[in-house]
Amino acid sequence: MTMAIIPQTSPYRGLPGTLIALLGVVAVAIFAPQQGYILNILMQAATYATAVVGLVVVLGYCGQISIAQAAFMGLGAYGVAIGTVDFHLNFFAALAIAVSIAGALGLLLGVASLRLGGHYLAMVTISFQQILTLVLINWISFTHGPDGIRNIPRPALFGVSFDQGNVFLGLCLAAMVLTAVGVWRLKSNRLGRAMRAVRDNELAAGTCGIDVFATKVLAFGLSAVIGGIGGGLFAGGFRYISPDQFSFAESIVLLTMALLGGVQSPFGALLGTGLLVILPEWLRFLRQVYLAVYGAAVILIMVFLPDGLWGFVDEQGRKRAKAITGPVPPLPLLSERGVETDEVVLHVEGLAKHFGGVKALDGVDLSVRRGTVHALIGPNGSGKSTFVNVVTGLYRPTAGRIRFLGQDITGFAPHQRNRAGLARTFQNIRVFRGMTVLENVMVGAERPGNGLTGAAAGERALAALDFVGLRGDAHRLVGQLSYGHQRYVEIARALAGTPQTLLLDEPAAGLNPTEKIELGELLKRLKGHGLTILIIDHDMKLVEQVADHITVLNFGRRIADGGKRDVLTNPDVIAAYLGEQHHEAA
Amino acid sequence: MFLQLLFTGLGIGAIYALVALGFVLLIRAASVVNFGQGEFAMLGAYLLVIFFNLLTLPYWLSIILAIVLMAGFGVLFAGATYWPLRHRGGLPVIISTIGASIFLENMVLVLYGPNSEQIDGLWDTPGWDVGPVYVDSQYLSIIVVAALLVALQYFIFEKTLLGKKLQATSQDKEMASLLGIPVAFMILLTFAYSSSLGAIAGILVAPILFVSTGMAALIALKAFAANIIGGYGSIPGAILGGLALGVVETMGAAYISVPYKDAFAFLMLLTFLMARPQGLFGERIAEKA
Repeated sequence: MTMAIIPQTSPYRGLPGTLIALLGVVAVAIFAPQQGYILNILMQAATYATAVVGLVVVLGYCGQISIAQAAFMGLGAYGVAIGTVDFHLNFFAALAIAVSIAGALGLLLGVASLRLGGHYLAMVTISFQQILTLVLINWISFTHGPDGIRNIPRPALFGVSFDQGNVFLGLCLAAMVLTAVGVWRLKSNRLGRAMRAVRDNELAAGTCGIDVFATKVLAFGLSAVIGGIGGGLFAGGFRYISPDQFSFAESIVLLTMALLGGVQSPFGALLGTGLLVILPEWLRFLRQVYLAVYGAAVILIMVFLPDGLWGFVDEQGRKRAKAITGPVPPLPLLSERGVETDEVVLHVEGLAKHFGGVKALDGVDLSVRRGTVHALIGPNGSGKSTFVNVVTGLYRPTAGRIRFLGQDITGFAPHQRNRAGLARTFQNIRVFRGMTVLENVMVGAERPGNGLTGAAAGERALAALDFVGLRGDAHRLVGQLSYGHQRYVEIARALAGTPQTLLLDEPAAGLNPTEKIELGELLKRLKGHGLTILIIDHDMKLVEQVADHITVLNFGRRIADGGKRDVLTNPDVIAAYLGEQHHEAA
Repeated sequence: MFLQLLFTGLGIGAIYALVALGFVLLIRAASVVNFGQGEFAMLGAYLLVIFFNLLTLPYWLSIILAIVLMAGFGVLFAGATYWPLRHRGGLPVIISTIGASIFLENMVLVLYGPNSEQIDGLWDTPGWDVGPVYVDSQYLSIIVVAALLVALQYFIFEKTLLGKKLQATSQDKEMASLLGIPVAFMILLTFAYSSSLGAIAGILVAPILFVSTGMAALIALKAFAANIIGGYGSIPGAILGGLALGVVETMGAAYISVPYKDAFAFLMLLTFLMARPQGLFGERIAEKA
């Protein structure tokens, strides 16, 4: 009996293809012309493609718009040019320095994403791009100004001289292939999945243990490094550079290449770059209107090809993916500690959250004991959802303390709370829509502190999907599932991280009656395994079925707390739900 | 010297403010971040050149024709860049407006050629000496027209039913449509208005700058910066941000460095983004879980 094998987690994935591609590169390097027009076209395609692959990381994977990729190419190119021509450094030494500078500035741009998203970030990258262009033009003593830098030397390495144009082209193509394969592999690595999770849903990514900020910063840094490599090789390839080659307009060109090919895949990026470098040569008669056609193409791509050309290929791949067969080990759910004990897992004291004058929570105390299913109920607007959001770190409390497993987590960020063992689901489902069901759950399995990576994380994710009955859908995009099944994916994602406590925020919301019954069964099974659960819901039938202990909120205050029977017969609770008796009599 | 720079800075700042105003209205009405806003100004200026310089129509008629045509153009623009993508979130629309901006700039380049055009100002009198300050008539006109437009817009938004409907649309489209407000029409109307505002800015600035395709990107980037400095989505922020930017870059160029004139705008923008991203008037809105 062999265990299930998950192809995405193989450490050798893509190796044969890479070797074949590198052989192709050697062939091209031998047969390409030593100089001239064709060589220039190929050189441009190879170096641009590398830079565009960088955009796949930041825009495609991490969903952060960057309109400064030409600036990072420029940093790489000018670093190499100034280093070799003015400081007589070795080509590769200059390249390493240039790429480090590009990477450092990329990280810095990423830091801006801590406080800014979307269009703000777009503006920051545009400003960065513009300032760099101004510096390149005006700091003449260092950058040679608008005239640019000539006679950039080509290197030698291990006795091989790259001075010949075709040999240097081989170097550029090899760099392009290796970068593309690396970025392709990144997509199904833990970091790549984290980036895509951040892209699809930042809040959910944080509550899955992903440090959203660090992930974005890394994406920017990585993308800048790759852009710098493309630029450095560009400088060596053309032996002459000037500021206008790395302007805002070029950043737009690079962006278009990525979008046309498909920004979700490095191979799409190569395809898009190839097309847009070669196409204008075929469309020479359009020379005059070339850029106008370019602009129109961007709109048409956005409208008709939202996933780019490569989007079709990815879609076909998903359709052909086979179900993963073979057994997986059972899902560990702390069953070894499955007895109800008096140990308090989650202890909340005097928790308050005010929005301006509105006291959504006004001094709530609550203790969840290990192995119990604790329900938090209350009428609409009673503060239940605010409570979950404060406990999981999405809102900062106005006052009060939260202790989890004996640790004060009041000041923790959402991902730190998840790492401590606190998992949650959302009332409005928050799955990672651009990812498959399996990948969604793997994000949960890979939370730091769970000790799982690669194949083991894949196995755990499959086990969690098995548990909720969705294993057969592992390869589907999560958005193709029904609403109820998406909720199960969320639950599986939380379970795969082996949480100490699971918070379910209105899990029955939006489910039809059949789905509600199924959910009840699932929760009973979880309860049977002894997982500590805090459930928030309106559905009294569900709460009655699964809860051991109930806390009732109304107007941000706790109005009842105790065993199920006591609370459900408490006159205050009945009044809160049904209105006061004497009002109805009146 | 200082007062002179202040006057010039306010004049150029008023241009940024007008474009920024059009920009912010689109953000509010349709949540569209329009990177083609500068092209509205550029096209307005080119239409003025065509009507006045080439067809030798009277100046005032040329202006009115240009503004009316640009209002219609705003609707076309919405149809191409916003309408097909309106349900797909912010990023696709941003990118398609970037595409539109490249398209428009280069179409003008193809149709009109790379030469920049000069055009007469509004008045025959170039200006007056008022104490130590030389008051240029065109700059003065810009400031006055901008002030009038802001007042007019305030009146329409706050005092008329149409303005209330526009505000309702920008606050909650679903609710507005339940109340019987034709939301699609309101959004198209905003595009038309925003495009004419841009055109007015382009027409007013045309005699000062040369009319060229490069003016679009320059004005647009400043207007965006003005918007963020003032506070994303804030109308008074857009106006004050634009004025502040005009003054800062004029002073910076005079006192510090001319080649880096444009860098001051971006440095100011970066400073604000890092230190006070909500801008002068903006609010921080947290996403609801």
